[in-house]
Amino acid sequence: MFDMNPYLPHEALIIERIQEAPELFTLRLEFTEPEIQHRYKFEPGQFNMLYLYGVGEIAISIVSDPEDGNIIDHTIRVLGRVTRGMNKLKKGDRIGLRGPYGRGWPMQEARQKDVVLITGGLGCAPVVSAINYIQQRRAQFGRLNIVQGVKHSDDFIWKDRYDQWRELPDTKVLLAADVGAELWPWHIGPVTVLFDQLEFDPQNVCVMMCGPEGMIRATCDHMLEKQVLPEQMFLSMERNMQCAIGHCGHCQYGDKFVCKDGPVFSYDKIRDLFAVKGF
Amino acid sequence: MFFQTDQLQHLLDNLQAKGYACIAPQVRHETIIYDEITSVVQLPQGINDQQQPGSYSLSANNGSKYFDWANGPQAIKPLLFAPTEMLWSSTRNADGNISFSAVEKSEKKLAIIGARACDIAALKIHDLHFLQQQFVDPYYQARRENLLIIAVNCSHPADTCFCYSTGDGPFVKDGGDIVLTELQHGFLIAAQTEQGENVLSKLVLQESTAEQCAESERIKSNASKQNRQLPKLDVKSRLFDELDSETWHTIAEKCLSCGNCTSVCPTCFCHSENEVPELDGKSSSHYREWDSCFGQGHSYIHGITIRNGTSLRYRQWLTHKFSSWIDQYGRSGCVGCGRCITWCPVAIDVTESVAQIVEAP
Repeated sequence: MFDMNPYLPHEALIIERIQEAPELFTLRLEFTEPEIQHRYKFEPGQFNMLYLYGVGEIAISIVSDPEDGNIIDHTIRVLGRVTRGMNKLKKGDRIGLRGPYGRGWPMQEARQKDVVLITGGLGCAPVVSAINYIQQRRAQFGRLNIVQGVKHSDDFIWKDRYDQWRELPDTKVLLAADVGAELWPWHIGPVTVLFDQLEFDPQNVCVMMCGPEGMIRATCDHMLEKQVLPEQMFLSMERNMQCAIGHCGHCQYGDKFVCKDGPVFSYDKIRDLFAVKGF
Repeated sequence: MFFQTDQLQHLLDNLQAKGYACIAPQVRHETIIYDEITSVVQLPQGINDQQQPGSYSLSANNGSKYFDWANGPQAIKPLLFAPTEMLWSSTRNADGNISFSAVEKSEKKLAIIGARACDIAALKIHDLHFLQQQFVDPYYQARRENLLIIAVNCSHPADTCFCYSTGDGPFVKDGGDIVLTELQHGFLIAAQTEQGENVLSKLVLQESTAEQCAESERIKSNASKQNRQLPKLDVKSRLFDELDSETWHTIAEKCLSCGNCTSVCPTCFCHSENEVPELDGKSSSHYREWDSCFGQGHSYIHGITIRNGTSLRYRQWLTHKFSSWIDQYGRSGCVGCGRCITWCPVAIDVTESVAQIVEAP
C-alpha cells in the first residue's frame, strides 16, 4: 500500500448539512481518522476533491476558516451527477475527501493593505473563504470592499452574511443585479458601474476576484486604469479538474495547470491568454 | 563491444533468469507491436515497414536483421502509463462506512528490447511529468523502477520520421540501460547504466573492430537523412502569435477529432478518471484511462465546453505540444517519431501543420 498516494481519498463524516438556497448546500466535514484530521491543513482559496460513493469525484473549494478547529466546510451548487447525488446526503453520511490542493489567496501578502473582493455569477465560494478569513482578523487588513454581482436578484444568496459584513468596521458592501425583482434595494446593472464607489489606495491594495471571465476582464481593465499593479490582482479560475495533482491534463491553461499552479493566479501570470476563446 | 547475432538468445535467457519478462517487437495485426517474448524467433526478422501519412504496411526483405524497421504504433508509453488501470477501490458496509484501498504496487520486472531513441526521449518527458513534479505518481513509479531498457539505434527511418530535426534520434544518446546497433553480422553493444553493465557482464563479447564502428557510423549517417523536418523558425512564440490564424480552420475541416494522434503520441499524458460501481452496491472501483484533448468532454466544466470545435482542439494540441510544453518541461513535447502522421486516418502531417501556421506571412 502506498503511504502517500495522492490519488487515494479518505473517509469523512458529514457533521452538518446546511441548505443555503434551493440548489445550494453546505457540507461540514470531518475526517473519521483522527490522525488524518490532525495532519490536515489548508489555506483560503484551496480546494478538495470530494468523492460520492459509487459515482465519482469533484473539485470543491473550501469555505471554512483554516483555524476553525476540525471542521472543513464546502458550499456546493447542484450542477452535475456528483453534486446532484451529494445534495441528497444527510448529517451522519460519509463521503471521500482528499486534499487540499492548489494555491490559495495571498492572505499574508494582503495584510495591512486595502482589499477589494469582487464576485460575479452564482454564489462565489472561493472568494467567500477570503471574506470569512478577513472578517475573523479584521484589524490586520485595511479598508475592505465587497462587491457581488448576480444575473437576477433572485440569485442573491447569503443575505444574512452580507448584512453581517456591512457591519464590519471600514467595510463597504456593494451589490448589483443585471435584472432586479421588485423591492431589490441595490443597484441594477453590471458590477462595473459600482467601481467608482470603491475606496482603496491603488498603490496599496489587493484585489481578489472570482466569477465569469468577462466580468473579471472588465474588472482588471478598470483596476489597471486606476494604476493597480497586475501583480496585486488575483483571480480564482475554474477548469475541468480530475486528478487535482497536475497529471491528468484537463485543466491546462497555456503552460499552467490550474489545479496546482492555481486555482488562484495573479493577473500578470495569465493575462496573455485571459478571455481568449478556447483556453 | 560486439556480439554475434546468435548471442541475442543468451541475452533473453539471462534477462529471464534475472526475473525479467522480455518485452520485444513482433509482427501482429499487420504491424509491429511490443509484447512478451521468450525466443528470438518471435522477433520481426527480415521485415521492413513502409509508412506514409495515413498508411502503414510491412513487407519481407528476406534479410537477417531483426530491427530493420522504424517503429510501430506503440512505444514504451503503454507499459508505464497504462491505457486503463484501476487506481483504488472503495467498499461501503451496512452502516454506511466507506473504506478505501489503493491498488497494490506492481512488482513485475520488465525488460524492453528494441526501444528507439524517440521512445526514450518520450520516456524522459514522462519521467519529468509523472515523477519529478510536485506530486509523484505511485503507479507509474512502481513500473518505472522495474524497467530495464535495451535500446536499438535506428537504421531505417520511415518516411514519416523527423527525430533528427527534433534532436532526439536516430541514435540513442542516453536514457537506455543498454544500447544496441545492429550490423550486418551482429551487434555493437554498450551499457549506459550500472544495471546495463551487470547485464553485459554475463554475455560473451568481443572488442569491436574499427570496421564495425565505421559500419555503425554509416548507419547513423544514413538514418539521419530524413524526409521530414520541423521549421527552423521560432515555433514556440510563433504558434501563440498565430492563435487567430485561418489555418486552424483549414486543418480542422480535414481533422476528424478522432484522437488517434494523441493515442499513438509517446508523450501525450492526458487521462480521465472514471468510477465503475459494482451492481450489488457493496464496492466501487476508480479507474483512469487515456483521454484526448480532441474529445468533447476534455474541456467540459458544468455546462460549458471550453473547446467546442475541432479548430480549437487542434490548436490546443499543437500549441501545447510545440510551445507551452517547453515552459512546462524545458523542451518540446514532440520527439519526431512521426506516429501521429502515419496513424492519422486523414493523413494530416504535423510537420506541415506547424509549418503552415508559423510560416504565415
